[in-house]
Amino acid sequence: MTTTTASAPLISKRAIIDWLGIAPFMIFALMFLIIPTLYLVTGAFLTPAGEFTFRNIADLFTPSILSAYWISIRVSVASSLGGALIGFFLAWAIVLGGLPTWIRSGLLTFSGVASNFAGVPLAFAFLATLGRTGLVTVFLRDWFGFNLYSTGFNLLSFFGLTITYMYFQIPLMVLILTPALDGIKKEWREAAEILGASTWQYWRMVALPILWPSLLGTTLLLFANAFGAIATAYALTGSSLNIVPILLYAQIRGDVLHNPNLGYALALGMIVITGISNILYIWLRMRAERWQK
Amino acid sequence: MKARRLGAWIAIAIGASYFIVPLLGTLEFSLRMRRDAYSFDAYRSVFSDFQFRETFGYSMMMAVLTIIFGMLLVVPTAYWVRLRLPQVRPIIEFITLLPLVIPAIVIVFGYLRLYNSSSILPLTGSTSGTNMLLMFSYMTLSLPYMYRAVDTAMRAIDVRTLTEAAESLGARWPTILFRCIFPNVMSGVLSGAFITFAIVMGEFTMAALLNRPAFGPYLQLVGANKAYEPSALAVIAFAITWLSMGLLQLVSRFQKSAPAKA
Repeated sequence: MTTTTASAPLISKRAIIDWLGIAPFMIFALMFLIIPTLYLVTGAFLTPAGEFTFRNIADLFTPSILSAYWISIRVSVASSLGGALIGFFLAWAIVLGGLPTWIRSGLLTFSGVASNFAGVPLAFAFLATLGRTGLVTVFLRDWFGFNLYSTGFNLLSFFGLTITYMYFQIPLMVLILTPALDGIKKEWREAAEILGASTWQYWRMVALPILWPSLLGTTLLLFANAFGAIATAYALTGSSLNIVPILLYAQIRGDVLHNPNLGYALALGMIVITGISNILYIWLRMRAERWQK
Repeated sequence: MKARRLGAWIAIAIGASYFIVPLLGTLEFSLRMRRDAYSFDAYRSVFSDFQFRETFGYSMMMAVLTIIFGMLLVVPTAYWVRLRLPQVRPIIEFITLLPLVIPAIVIVFGYLRLYNSSSILPLTGSTSGTNMLLMFSYMTLSLPYMYRAVDTAMRAIDVRTLTEAAESLGARWPTILFRCIFPNVMSGVLSGAFITFAIVMGEFTMAALLNRPAFGPYLQLVGANKAYEPSALAVIAFAITWLSMGLLQLVSRFQKSAPAKA
């Protein structure tokens, strides 16, 4: 673009107009997306007095913050693996299971809704189902004399949060994986069968090697999705479960870490983790798309 | 073949029960407010709460404003990029995906630091400023969905030919944009609008941290203080999500049946 601006003044005027056309978008993106994020990122490397330091990053490795990251990562890994596994079987069932078509369209429609049904209401739904007086809890108690809560189960815990998160993780997996499974050609299976492959060999040596970038990539997307979520966890557990978004929420509200710049470092840690998993996801998706042409 | 179909049915049955039981549980719980019998008391209590009406109305208005201003930003940009600046498309697409990468709580944290009352642009210093900031934050959150919906719709129409045809008939830029481009990408605009509506209505983090009386923080407040109303609210929220996603699917189905051009 710079070469054309330098050579002919007439074209340069047009070039300026061209770039002015996206100026509103760029200004918006800078003001409400990029600069606020950069402000936190640079703040993570500054002392409150404004000098450069690695102190805040080092302070992230204190037990209380590390444990917050650790439980966040565990919940995100568990809910993304669980969501990916169940979502894979559901997508497999509707694409290759030979089921009536209304099940396929029904599940896809429902997945579109449920993947957006997160936040505070989802927490209410699970409290009403698996809470101390929830439907399933009461049902198990009255009909089978089985007290769920005597087994150590608690909805306001790692396990409870994982089960709840899977409610939006599974549908997301179904939505993304169904097109990938649709892309598996019948000829591949037929070719494998003619060559004498068993079902297991076909999946292990043909289908899964083609699918793994989609599978792994989507799992990473689910991981980032769970890692950044706060509303469900906050409504479910209040501040009793110490995950990173809730810690950051408390820090924003009332500087619980007693160091604003440590708060920036906490935010930077979140960006790094979700950023890495998203970049890997995009890279894997590009690999997966090679087979979908 | 038979074993496979059986396995598929089992997978669907397990999945369906996991999805349906919490909805049944919520519905059942929301009807349990009266001790001896099922009743709609919880819903009555919710609807008679003036805070419900106020926060619901506030979020509704925010959703509408977000959709209007979001579309005024996204449609001309997507149009311009397709027409004049195809080389910057990857950059624009990357920017529109950023809100999926950066958690909402981090974005709003940045706002609070950047636009606080002692900064050069003290948006959080006044109520109307904070409302504006909240709207911008919702626009940011919905950017990935809006941009993709509009850009997909724009792929189906020939932007260049439409523009040249309108120009040769003497149309000016506003006419081209609002009477030529907008109507042709209406399906994309509507899909973007419905998903934005669903996002804004349930959003909690932004509104809570900016201290605005939106529906999400209200839900959280009720959840912390009452027993049966939260379930009734969850049923209502699910109905809203279902409605907007249902309309979205209806629109996108309509879009697919429309003749697509390269």
